Amino acid sequence: MAKVLVVAEHDGAKLNAGTAKCVRCALGLEGAEITVAVFAADGAAVAAEAAGLTGVARVLRVDRPENAHALAAVLAPQVAQLAAPFSHVFGPSTTFGKDLMPRVAALLDAPQLSDVMAVESASRFRRPTYAGNAIVTVEVEAGLKIVATVRTASFEATPAGGAAAVESVAVNVPLPAHTRFAGVSAAKSDRPDLQSATRVVSGGRALGSAENFKLIYGLADRLGAAVGASRAAVDAGFAASDLQVGQTGKIIAPELYVAIGISGAIQHLTGIKDARTIVAINKDAEAPIFEVADVGLVGDLFAIVPELEKLLTA
Amino acid sequence: MKRILVCVKRVIDFNVRVRVKPDGSGVVTDGVKLSLNPFDEIALEEALRIKERGEAQEVVAVTIGPADCQQQLRTALAMGADRAIHVVHDGGVEPLTAARAFLQIIGREQPFLVLLGKQAIDDDNNQTGQMLAALWQRPQATFASKLELAGTTACVTREVDAGLETLEVDLPAVVTADLRLNEPRYVKLPDIMKAKKKPLDSVSLADLGVVPGARVRTVRTEPPAQRQRGIMVKDCGELVAELRKRGVL
Ligand SMILES: Cc1cc2nc3c(=O)[nH]c(=O)nc-3n(C[C@H](O)[C@H](O)[C@H](O)COP(=O)(O)OP(=O)(O)OC[C@H]3O[C@@H](n4cnc5c(N)ncnc54)[C@H](O)[C@@H]3O)c2cc1C
Repeated sequence: MAKVLVVAEHDGAKLNAGTAKCVRCALGLEGAEITVAVFAADGAAVAAEAAGLTGVARVLRVDRPENAHALAAVLAPQVAQLAAPFSHVFGPSTTFGKDLMPRVAALLDAPQLSDVMAVESASRFRRPTYAGNAIVTVEVEAGLKIVATVRTASFEATPAGGAAAVESVAVNVPLPAHTRFAGVSAAKSDRPDLQSATRVVSGGRALGSAENFKLIYGLADRLGAAVGASRAAVDAGFAASDLQVGQTGKIIAPELYVAIGISGAIQHLTGIKDARTIVAINKDAEAPIFEVADVGLVGDLFAIVPELEKLLTA
Repeated sequence: MKRILVCVKRVIDFNVRVRVKPDGSGVVTDGVKLSLNPFDEIALEEALRIKERGEAQEVVAVTIGPADCQQQLRTALAMGADRAIHVVHDGGVEPLTAARAFLQIIGREQPFLVLLGKQAIDDDNNQTGQMLAALWQRPQATFASKLELAGTTACVTREVDAGLETLEVDLPAVVTADLRLNEPRYVKLPDIMKAKKKPLDSVSLADLGVVPGARVRTVRTEPPAQRQRGIMVKDCGELVAELRKRGVL
């Protein structure tokens, strides 16, 4: 029987949607007993939220002042200590999980599987390699603890409706002081979050400037959509780095993805493969984005986007 | 000597359209262009810039791989690394094995900073830097887009999901490079000539006392599910109508 420890991602107040997706992934293991661990300075609210996820048997709450910010070097020894009785340790494949989980795996002398997209058995999983161009099925040697990050775009969030017990636990391991949080600059936005939005409008290099990129925001607002960008648009400074979609940005699975002035490089496409409907607007009828788009429109974005906005307002 | 160690990996060039072998045993590598992992190139570039600013004295590049990956080490030397170390090993290396080997190299070289790419674009694992930092019991700053050294500490800006996070870490530390840390220089022909004379040492994993783990077996490699090419519409009106019909608007 699989005993799975899921490391919760949160911002101190709310659970990140990735956690519920990890739980769903863990539920794919036969007879899984799922524990969620919440590391925080004060994890009351987050632990309560985690306890409400369907399929969770137990929530472990580890409050320490050092846990006010998610620092891998500080969290890893605590996770490793808690992990002792578990067969699997999962975290979301977000920057939080990607940073933390390998450090945990090394402390546990356990192999890590990154970006798990499907569960075949308790020791056999599927994951993407080569920017999603080769999907491998991997088997972990019997008897080993398995650390994994879960590709959130591959799993639905487990719904609320559970009522697990929350247990406060003390994890008395020495924590390093060599790594200190100095700040985060997050563009505060009222728009939906890129990773969990049902609709996303993305702009590419073709926008030409940060000023022009406002066209993308305009259309996104009209659709109630989150905003994304290609690497070229981020590199050129048209959009913030946290908006990058793709192999090295965010992997997303919205209901609707609108790619505007984006050519469809393989590294970009790997981030949107799981979108339900892809719309592409590009002036080049040969652009590779059209090979994956469900609906394509060839033309100049500077004419099309304002017109679309008008049509959607009417 | 103030030394930076840069760990690099040879991968299939990012411009190659990777194809899965029909028998599912892996991807096609015969006759395929191989290059330095782009993220490692960025890590190396950062090390070179630090040295050029006078904040380090030596840059050492290390890789693990078969005999012919010395070509990529020569590229690293041509970019400007002072020395290279080749840990000779045929076949794949799991990230934890790689981290163990690099830890041994750290023991020999005593760097004040270790730079790596945040992930290699073949296995896309994004693990080695973090594992190395754990084994070394030193700080890690992953996904770096800015790195500033200040005496015994470093200030690192990281690209995280929420935006840009800044960490202060004590040195020595492990930093993994994201795309926007810098733009690597192009190698010029005279540099390639010069690189041939730079020292390149070889050791084996066994010399380092590292036993290659093979704890994760690849059972099967498959191409991803392909999306079908959809329809083309001719104007905005048709586009909106089509999306309404599909129930996505
Ligand atoms: C290691 C590595 C990792 C990478 N990771 C990512 C990643 O995570 N995400 C990512 O996006 N990229 C990534 N890339 C970069 C990727 O290879 C492409 O360079 C990038 O996606 C291109 O962005 P783009 O489509 O906006 O620009 P371009 O490829 O330049 O495309 C611009 C498109 O706009 C169209 N266009 C121009 N003018 C107009 C107009 N007026 N109206 C309509 N259409 C117009 C053009 O026809 C063209 O198709 C990565 C690359 C590497 C090497």
